[in-house]
Amino acid sequence: MSVKSADLPRRRFDALVIGAGGGGLRAALQLAEADAHVAVVSKVFPTRSHTVAAQGGINAALANVVPDNWHWHMFDTIKGGDYLGDQDAIEYMCRAAPRLVVELEHSGVPFSRLDNGKIYQRPFGGQSQDFGGAQAARTCAAADRTGHAILHSLYQQNIAAKTHFFDEYFALDLIRDEDGTAIGAVVMEIETGELLVIEAKATLLATGGAGQLFRTNTNAKINTGDGMAMALRAGIPLQDMEFFQFHPTGIAGKGMLITEGARGEGGYLVNKDGERFMERYAPHAKDLASRDVVSRAIYTEVKEGRGCGPAGDHVLLKLDHLGEEVIKKRLPAIRSTIQTFLHRDPVFEPIPVYPTAHYTMGGIPTNRYGQVVMPVGNSPEETVPGLYAAGECACVSVHGANRLGGNSLLDIVVFGRAAGNHIIELLADQRYHRPMTTDSVDKVLERLDKWEDKSDGESVAGLRAELKQVMEDHCGVFRTEELLAEGVEKVVALEKRLQNARLTDHSAVFNTARIEALELENLMDIALATIVSAHARKESRGAHSRVDFTERDDVHWMKHSLFFKVGRELDYKPVRMKPMTVDSFPPKARVY
Amino acid sequence: MRFSIYRYNPETDDQPYYRDYEVDVTPGMMLRDALLKIQADDESFAFRHSCGEGVCGSDGLNINGKNGLACVTAVDTLTEPVEINPLPGRPVIRDLVVDMTQFYTQYRAVKPYLIVKDPEPEEEYRQSPEDREKLDGLYECILCGCCSTSCPSFWWNPEKFHGPAALLQSYRFLADSRDQATEERLEALEGPYKLFRCHSIMNCTNACPKELNPTKAIGNIKKMILKQST
Repeated sequence: MSVKSADLPRRRFDALVIGAGGGGLRAALQLAEADAHVAVVSKVFPTRSHTVAAQGGINAALANVVPDNWHWHMFDTIKGGDYLGDQDAIEYMCRAAPRLVVELEHSGVPFSRLDNGKIYQRPFGGQSQDFGGAQAARTCAAADRTGHAILHSLYQQNIAAKTHFFDEYFALDLIRDEDGTAIGAVVMEIETGELLVIEAKATLLATGGAGQLFRTNTNAKINTGDGMAMALRAGIPLQDMEFFQFHPTGIAGKGMLITEGARGEGGYLVNKDGERFMERYAPHAKDLASRDVVSRAIYTEVKEGRGCGPAGDHVLLKLDHLGEEVIKKRLPAIRSTIQTFLHRDPVFEPIPVYPTAHYTMGGIPTNRYGQVVMPVGNSPEETVPGLYAAGECACVSVHGANRLGGNSLLDIVVFGRAAGNHIIELLADQRYHRPMTTDSVDKVLERLDKWEDKSDGESVAGLRAELKQVMEDHCGVFRTEELLAEGVEKVVALEKRLQNARLTDHSAVFNTARIEALELENLMDIALATIVSAHARKESRGAHSRVDFTERDDVHWMKHSLFFKVGRELDYKPVRMKPMTVDSFPPKARVY
Repeated sequence: MRFSIYRYNPETDDQPYYRDYEVDVTPGMMLRDALLKIQADDESFAFRHSCGEGVCGSDGLNINGKNGLACVTAVDTLTEPVEINPLPGRPVIRDLVVDMTQFYTQYRAVKPYLIVKDPEPEEEYRQSPEDREKLDGLYECILCGCCSTSCPSFWWNPEKFHGPAALLQSYRFLADSRDQATEERLEALEGPYKLFRCHSIMNCTNACPKELNPTKAIGNIKKMILKQST
């Protein structure tokens, strides 16, 4: 498929949004409603984006059930993130939350309801009233299908707003001109295999996370971190990639997510002795401690011989005391998932669970307007003109070293909207498209051509399986110097072998093998970013747990990591400790 | 276990054919896992899939004559040889991948979004738990297309008949206590095709992997139209 960059068809839009999950669709909606000409490119039909799989809910201090306050939400988020989150962005998010959840409701999201007709809210992990006091109930839910409800509503609103969709187009790379301004992207129509250049005055990456890095994960096949890898290839670093969330309750050995809402509704974990072991690890919050805390507890129970089952390799999540009514009303989808994959009914039997790779806290560094920022000269945070990122692929950072449940759906609507608003401002200033340059397009064509020359070598599927196993073995819940150093070597070796991998199918029409080869290139870059950053960070903070450095080290490590693809170099920048209006929350010991 | 799979690559094949595969099945294996095993050996084989747990709606297929999702279909429930076809009635792009454009066009045609005419309050709209319950069995649709592509009326008139998935969505908004466009929605459905081509064959309800009931929703819309015209 040898083509020249000058021959590629071109389309022009004001704004280009890459990714049609909640972040991309919320941004697109903001833009379309402001009469901007906006294109959304997605490698799957929009409602198949992974936001659809979010279960438990979206956090907002609506105080519909118990007293609540955005300021308490802010404290919980900072503490949950183990003081690595940027406090200005966190204040912005928590203050915006109630308004944006109401806005979602107005746009049709079928939230569950309280008797007074208001939005139903459930308790979730890491939530407190009054800065660390009693358990809060902050998570607004549509049964246990909140992501589905929000994603479908956002897509529907975009239909009404006449957003332009490029469904089943795979984004290959960003185009940056000589000044470094992002001026669009090269994409491939999956159905025909044909390339297209989309020119835009602003480009937003909203491509989601990279859960496919790990063998056992809760993520969809599409979660290969494409936007993060595009940023890396465009010379932009990735921030805080060592912080990967392992959800405490994936179905053991399989990985399907069982929402934290199951514990929010009153479920709890037991070991083989039937002991509610979380009481030992988190005396106050117990089963609703932060996810990193619960995942480590489960891992430790199993490691110390208190795991359940013939192999002692999992613990049990008990819901059978909740009664059929509660499960039917509040947790119908996970009940069906458990029935489908385990042939048992949580109404009567406990569920085998184990920590499972779930969420990429790190990502493309942005400020709270969604603008991509990177160090230039002496300034740690210069904006990359024309380029934005939002959602799981971005690192604002609101989640710091560990995300709270219910904050990811919030992140995507808050910062999708913020990015949309900032782009609207940019469009007002910038009337015309910048001249197109073909250098970055040529590079994409070279990369594609390389695959067309290869018909023998190792298989993509084999290499991908090996990579996922290495990441699981070397960069999991607990990490050591030895494991990480060896892991880095192994991933570097895999990256080398990928150069000689084969693609046997060179057809044009709906060639899934080609897409998977390109996705593996993306995953490989992100694996390196993750494990190299993890190897360097010699402390334990949030989801990054080092057995050889068990304490948080605020003196040396209260800083964000930045990983660059070229030379696999690391840089660091300070955490933004100053909120927008309130006092800073200084780091404290993190106890639940 | 033996699988007989519909294959067609428009670049190399004059016409579609079936190819047989033997897959070593393991306990708890889903059809999607089996198809992935086949694909690992034969990367030219194309099918859509993503979440693996029945929420994204990508992997709707015709499995032994019945539409369903590969990722939530256990192989031990299937009789051999398992015949896998693309969703019926849609143009085939390649192998098990079909062109769903018409299906999405019909979805968009029913204005699948909340329409409210009053000024918005500062708080959420109040909706009683009973009113909210009316949306259960409607909002959960994942747009997999299993229903509409099993519907004979949709096979014959995909341009004119909205089909069960789109009509289920239409009723999802008609049933929503917050929506204020009932009259326009019902009016837009009048005529012999859009709604009334449904003859209650119920293939849609039998095919739905989420156990939703489009036939019932369509019946409810018909009742609303009758009530309005009397």
